[in-house]
Amino acid sequence: MTTATTGTAAAKAGGNAGKPKPATMAQALQRAMRDAMAEDPTVHVMGEDVGTLGGVFRVTDGLAKEFGEDRCTDTPLAEAGILGAAVGMAMYGLRPVVEMQFDAFAYPAFEQLLSHVAKMRNRTRGAMPMPIVIRVPYGGGIGGVEHHSDSSEAYYMATPGLHVVTPATVEDAYGLLRAAIASDDPVVFLEPKRLYWSKSDWSPEAPAAVEPIGKAVVRRKGTGATLITYGPSVPVCLEAAEAAQAEGWDLEVVDLRSLVPFDDETVCASVRRTGRAVVVHESTGFGGPGAEIAARVTERCFHHLEAPVLRVAGFDIPYPPPMLERHHLPGVDRVLDAVARLQWEAGS
Amino acid sequence: MDSLQQRSSTVQEPPGAVTAHRHTPSPAWQPRTDPAPLLPETEPLRVLGTDAVADADPALLLRLYAELIRGRRYNAQATALTKQGRLAVYPSTTGQEACEIAAALALEERDWLFPSYRDTLAAVARGLDPVQALTLLRGDWHTGYDPHEHRIAPLCTPLATQLPHAVGLAHAARLKGDDVVALAMVGDGGTSEGDFHEALNFAAVWQAPVVFFVQNNGFAISVPLAKQTAAPSLAHKAVGYGMPGRLVDGNDAVAVHQVLTEAVARARRGGGPTLVEAVTYRIDAHTNADDATRYRADGEVEAWRAHDPILLLERELTERGLLDEDGRRAAAEAAETMAAELRERMNADPVLDPMEIFSHVYAEQTTQLREQAAQLRAELEAEGEA
Ligand SMILES: Cc1ncc(C[n+]2csc(CCOP(=O)(O)OP(=O)(O)O)c2C)c(N)n1
Repeated sequence: MTTATTGTAAAKAGGNAGKPKPATMAQALQRAMRDAMAEDPTVHVMGEDVGTLGGVFRVTDGLAKEFGEDRCTDTPLAEAGILGAAVGMAMYGLRPVVEMQFDAFAYPAFEQLLSHVAKMRNRTRGAMPMPIVIRVPYGGGIGGVEHHSDSSEAYYMATPGLHVVTPATVEDAYGLLRAAIASDDPVVFLEPKRLYWSKSDWSPEAPAAVEPIGKAVVRRKGTGATLITYGPSVPVCLEAAEAAQAEGWDLEVVDLRSLVPFDDETVCASVRRTGRAVVVHESTGFGGPGAEIAARVTERCFHHLEAPVLRVAGFDIPYPPPMLERHHLPGVDRVLDAVARLQWEAGS
Repeated sequence: MDSLQQRSSTVQEPPGAVTAHRHTPSPAWQPRTDPAPLLPETEPLRVLGTDAVADADPALLLRLYAELIRGRRYNAQATALTKQGRLAVYPSTTGQEACEIAAALALEERDWLFPSYRDTLAAVARGLDPVQALTLLRGDWHTGYDPHEHRIAPLCTPLATQLPHAVGLAHAARLKGDDVVALAMVGDGGTSEGDFHEALNFAAVWQAPVVFFVQNNGFAISVPLAKQTAAPSLAHKAVGYGMPGRLVDGNDAVAVHQVLTEAVARARRGGGPTLVEAVTYRIDAHTNADDATRYRADGEVEAWRAHDPILLLERELTERGLLDEDGRRAAAEAAETMAAELRERMNADPVLDPMEIFSHVYAEQTTQLREQAAQLRAELEAEGEA
């Protein structure tokens, strides 16, 4: 795995004494692409509406103006075509960064993704790597109508050859996207759309160091149980951990950041310390990401566990209409209920 | 050494076997279909303002007029409802009403309509309850109507994916011996999707009774047609599949109605599919969430306002003496009544049962879903007690 460099702007930041300006996750992502494009002429951004409009979430805003339409391209409206063309571009030495407009609109591209993007290195015995980033705004909670709120991470996770990452903070959005673009392997980069407008006192003038893909991070220290989570559910878990404090639970929160590769080390170290774990995500539970995570943790930490690893997930239903989505999305209460169930006694 | 040009212009004495082989005609090759009759009009067909309009039935003209007025009012009302937060989003068809209305009026009751997410108005003009048509966009349920009731497939959000469905349904109807036609609507952007191509190919090979209706409104969100296709017109695409392409002025309600009616009749009598491209313009932004100033000039919109579908038809009706101030007022009042009723009904909060999220996943609930339903019921009860 390649370790990405920090932004060029870091060098210029020396004399910048002013307080950093709050930035949104969308701005951090945009900055990551801009820095990567400035440093490496082989980085190309493409997708539907990414040029003139700057993307429907404005994440690619200004890139076409700055780098020209050949480097930030409004493509015809065809996801299979976009990703298939990216495969050919990668074959010829470019590093395409592809935007899929919404989670459920990436599905037409699955043939290219599963049969070619994910397998090309393997089929060619390493001769033909696929340094493609596929950016997918995903998840619900923004009142989107049908087909605009899917959590599709399980499909990607189940496909060998793909990396799957998802930021939960503004800083990580920058760092992870830089690392994804620098990666010589395909990365499905899941952007939690309900966090696009979350802010941080993050300074685009001094981007944080970029960690390689594959490292989880402990967002909150605790001793009573570990909440294992990622993307849009990270703020939910942090809020739940604060609320649990009042009830005597001291919860640790692990933000996975990367689903593939999976950081067994950080996760298991935490679970061994706390002896209890709940996996939290908004994707469906049955056959969902939590199933894999709970199984791995059980396999590795069985003798340290005081209770079964529990899952708090979205219901096993197609994503509901916006007026009902709050009943589907796992919120603080469902996390706290699960934590209460961790006082598990054998035989009960 | 010979340049390539010189060599290719040397006709006598082919220098070798390769060249000789190149000159051997393919055995018995013939075009499967003569492309000439499949080619679309050289310019979008116009009826209004031409001599051809003399043939138009006055009753049809008046019907189209009333529907256009009602349609425009519906667009305005639905857009207003987004500003009041009553709708999550509304993709307006202001400026495209002639296409929407003609689509609905070209069909018989037994036919099927396969609308895209933008085609609320076509569904309403076909008789769907205006509130049910907006359910998807209000957010209470994905499809707020029973598709069988008016033979309107769900308003389809993933682009072009409903087109193969239309082919399959039409094919099935024919297999059953029913003379049912499917009209499938798609935007200019949607024609780039693989599903568009696959649907057209299936329809042509099966000679399925389908009409593909492209509303070319100039943009796919921000992307202009020039970045979507290099074809002379979208209607030209038909030739490659072996079906006729028709090009029509999408703001001329009479022309669109005529072309669609012909295509539907042709499909019904076993003539196979047609691809119709209507050239029109999206006056409003893509949706209320879009900022159209980022990608288009104001002047362009003004030019299209002068070519407004209502204006074009109104001129004709007035010149013919079919429409006067009273007629105009009557149409406007009918539209206003519809809007007032829509406003009133949409201003009532929908009564939703959260438990319904488990009701339609399978014909019979799985054990897991029954457990999850019990969990939600308990949560709701606890909420109620709190
Ligand atoms: C498969 C798919 N990809 C992307 C989108 C997101 N999207 C919604 S509308 C739209 C533009 C559609 O343009 P066009 O087909 O011209 O229809 P119009 O909106 O102009 O009616 C896009 C890209 C989608 N709905 N489905």
